Amino acid sequence: MVVVSFWTRDRGGLNATWTAKNYITFFGRDYLVESLYNSVEVTLISTAISVLLAYPLAYILAYRVPRKWQALTLLIFVLPFWTAYVVRSYGWLLILSENGILNLVLQGLSIIDQPWELAYTRTATVLGFVHFFTMLLTLTIYANLVQIKPSYLNAAADLGASKLQGFLRITLPLSMPGVAVGAFISFVICIGDYVTPQILGGGTEVLVPQAIMLQISRAANFPMASVMAITLMVVVVVVYLMSAKHLKMERV
Amino acid sequence: MAMNLRTMPTVVYLLAVLVFIYSPVVVLVLFSFQDGLLPVPPFNGPSLQWYQKMWGNERLMDALINSVLVALGSGIVSTFLGFLAAYGLARNQSRFTSSIRFLLMSPLTVSYLIIGVGLLITLNLIGIPKSLFAIGIGHVVINLPLCFAIVFSQFGDHLRNIEWAARDLGAGDFEVFFLVIAPIMRPALLAAFCLSATLSWDEFIVAFLLSRFEVTLPVIIFEMLRAGLTPEVNAASTMVFAISMTMVGLAAAFIISRRGK
Repeated sequence: MVVVSFWTRDRGGLNATWTAKNYITFFGRDYLVESLYNSVEVTLISTAISVLLAYPLAYILAYRVPRKWQALTLLIFVLPFWTAYVVRSYGWLLILSENGILNLVLQGLSIIDQPWELAYTRTATVLGFVHFFTMLLTLTIYANLVQIKPSYLNAAADLGASKLQGFLRITLPLSMPGVAVGAFISFVICIGDYVTPQILGGGTEVLVPQAIMLQISRAANFPMASVMAITLMVVVVVVYLMSAKHLKMERV
Repeated sequence: MAMNLRTMPTVVYLLAVLVFIYSPVVVLVLFSFQDGLLPVPPFNGPSLQWYQKMWGNERLMDALINSVLVALGSGIVSTFLGFLAAYGLARNQSRFTSSIRFLLMSPLTVSYLIIGVGLLITLNLIGIPKSLFAIGIGHVVINLPLCFAIVFSQFGDHLRNIEWAARDLGAGDFEVFFLVIAPIMRPALLAAFCLSATLSWDEFIVAFLLSRFEVTLPVIIFEMLRAGLTPEVNAASTMVFAISMTMVGLAAAFIISRRGK
């Protein structure tokens, strides 16, 4: 309980320093509003791509891999999930850099002849996020898929449903909670992450977390940083409320 | 369902994802053995020179020690507090139980950056300077919900019966807690400890915000990155990665051993 009181006090401390002025400044400055817009955009793109990548993977793991190998296969596929942010982003930077592996392979295959400048772009940031969230979503979707009883599908097949119909009308809807929970967690992590855009995105565009860090390290403007942090939290809460009916945290 | 694992698209997809997921790690580890100045192709053959250099880098070694201290300390404290909270909540069911549980879990949905900013301001107000201790507090705040969740999920009715039996046999509060409940919960506690120590070990943003001179490994790697890419960063990163994997492997082993019973 000590910790709970710590938390409320924590938030309360922020509260005391607020005035509406900071909010007006925040929304009055174009580049700050733009950073919010950028953040939401990058987050949505990354989350969407990750869902598309992770769903087939989780599906294959849950239905195509023999049961006794499932735990091991799943572990193999999500192990790098536990790599430190900084380390993971650095690994991608090495791959994407001008003399990196990716350019070497692409040039070797004569797909491109000029080095593709991927590092320090938004694409690199999104790629870094997608890498992380694919593993996270695979976990949540897999956990959801294995809970769906095969008898539902058998019943549908008995009633004349094709395999595709069975998937679209039974498996897919029943696995939505796993998708929703994973996507929500991805959203929360993504919109608040500083490391990935800072290392992979370079200085090309500013996302909210980078703006917050700038306020703290350069200007030591804590109230302003708080305003931005609160704005991020509000975005998260709004997303939570919008998706609340799909979110059943205890399933994860 | 038929085991048609050999169907081409499935296998191709699995392999493609595997390459995608492991490529950064493989590149990272490979080029930590680079015999040359740059961690990019061509690979000039294996060499341990960068590990030697890392070993001699005093700031890096200090950061290593700091990281270990913070990970162990915050891991122990958050596991202990999470255990206490879970035990208290599981034993005393009241109408506040679910709301307290919600309150304890809710920080999981707040990003670390926001927690970090909040802590920076709070610690500033209380007068705790940026230090290793502050990082430790930050990591306890981050990890407590997770530890609570892991331990709480393992409390069931059977524990209550065991506790009653112990009390009938004359055990006091203290004895019940340390001699009966804690040993039964050991696998969950160990798993919670390993995971929170790993998270603390890997964590960057809170450590970055709350440190000044005593930095942890992810922070120093981040700083080295600014100076430029060298295989020494690869060597340090490989070390961080290897230790994380070991801890997660241990946690998985504890959780699986728990299920096996």
